[in-house]
Amino acid sequence: MSTPSPLHEVHSELGASFTDFAGWSMPVRYSSELAEHRAVRESAGLFDLSHMAEIEVRGPQAADMLDYAFVGNLATVKVGRARYSVLCNTAGGVLDDLVTYRLEEDLYLVVANAANAEVVATALTDRSAGFDVEVTNRSADYALIAVQGPASADIVRAVSDADLDSLRYYASMPATIDGVDLLLARTGYTGEDGFELYCAPAQARQVWDALSAAGQEYGLLPAGLACRDTLRLEAGMPLYGHELTEYLTPFDAGLGRLVKFEKASDFVGRDALAARSEAVAQRVLVGLAGSGRRAPRSGYPVVGPDGGESIGEVTSGALSPTLGYPIGMAYVPVEYSDVGTELSVDVRGKSLPVEVVALPFYRRS
Amino acid sequence: MSVPEELHYTEEHEWVDARDTGNVRIGITEYAQDQLGDVVFVDLPEVGKELSVGEVFGEVESTKSVSELFAPMAGQVAAINEAVSESPDLINDDPYGSGWLIEITPADASSTAGLLNAEAYTRLISD
Repeated sequence: MSTPSPLHEVHSELGASFTDFAGWSMPVRYSSELAEHRAVRESAGLFDLSHMAEIEVRGPQAADMLDYAFVGNLATVKVGRARYSVLCNTAGGVLDDLVTYRLEEDLYLVVANAANAEVVATALTDRSAGFDVEVTNRSADYALIAVQGPASADIVRAVSDADLDSLRYYASMPATIDGVDLLLARTGYTGEDGFELYCAPAQARQVWDALSAAGQEYGLLPAGLACRDTLRLEAGMPLYGHELTEYLTPFDAGLGRLVKFEKASDFVGRDALAARSEAVAQRVLVGLAGSGRRAPRSGYPVVGPDGGESIGEVTSGALSPTLGYPIGMAYVPVEYSDVGTELSVDVRGKSLPVEVVALPFYRRS
Repeated sequence: MSVPEELHYTEEHEWVDARDTGNVRIGITEYAQDQLGDVVFVDLPEVGKELSVGEVFGEVESTKSVSELFAPMAGQVAAINEAVSESPDLINDDPYGSGWLIEITPADASSTAGLLNAEAYTRLISD
């Protein structure tokens, strides 16, 4: 039996179709995922992301402990700011990619993918040994609502007194919406300007309804996980389980910039990642673009310019709703990774010609 | 979920309409399009192609998934709906009408005999 979101009732009232996702029953779409996708690109979409996991790290050595646990530099994050980082195992394999908010000098909130909630909570607890910190899984204490799209700032401004001009991208601040105290963050996973709001589950409905009402005049639509996936794909953002796995390092996935060897502390995976950073890449993540309407999909083989054997595999793909042509990400040998290289994808026995293109596929203007 | 009384159905969520012309028209049900989500691509066979019962005659793709289309009976493809190739969203908007897929000239006149009626299909999708 999967866990319903604190907002399950409102989704049912809106006629959502549900999907099981990492043990949660979440809305996959309300009416049309293409209309929801378009709404986020052109006006705004309202998402329930309450399945995401929130883990609190508190204590005088919180910054030191996170610098040890993560490959990135978390100690240099200023209070009120956030950072995207990666949690690796000792072999340098990616356990999760996550956003961490520094809420106070000695208090961080780590937001993990739902599917990795246990892995991350366990790893952080294990890695806290010897540090003066307390690691607490607070997932049950938070609902997460996102409003994403070019109109999202106007919508949030209409229901809160928060000074959004001073809230930069990857920053957060305490705010109040319709009397509900929450954490307002300017983050997202869609390639648009947007906000993520962390509040108590019991008050999630109130926040959702306030945003929904304020969004009416802007054409805001409730948006499900189906369009969240096509939005992040167009924005070239990795999805754990697809572009990222424990058998791939951040360097494989094009996230080598997140690994901060220059930080003073040791960190889990440092030795393996140092070796990997100096090795010649075997496979790299590339963007692929084709023509027509047939989509490359996760697991489909990528074939080289001369045909024949598979040289790689598609990790994510779709007919891009914004661009109108098929796009995908794939791991291919480095000699086939130059932009402009002509490859093909085996789409259930039919060859789809594709070209290697730079990521992201879509960048907001 | 609409299941028109006058149509026949398959367990693969296709509907079959025996037309006065002797041909049968085939499409996917409202339930099927709802499960798929927005249809973005349809692959249909050439007119004249001979199909055996259960043979895959095409595909319907949504943003999230691909579904094969199965011939509910043996016969020859008599017509395809060019409009859905151009506008696959017709399948979402009007699955029993303008979102039809192909017409077949059945090899056997009693070809709809083994199919589900509306009542049986309604039971199938409510399980």
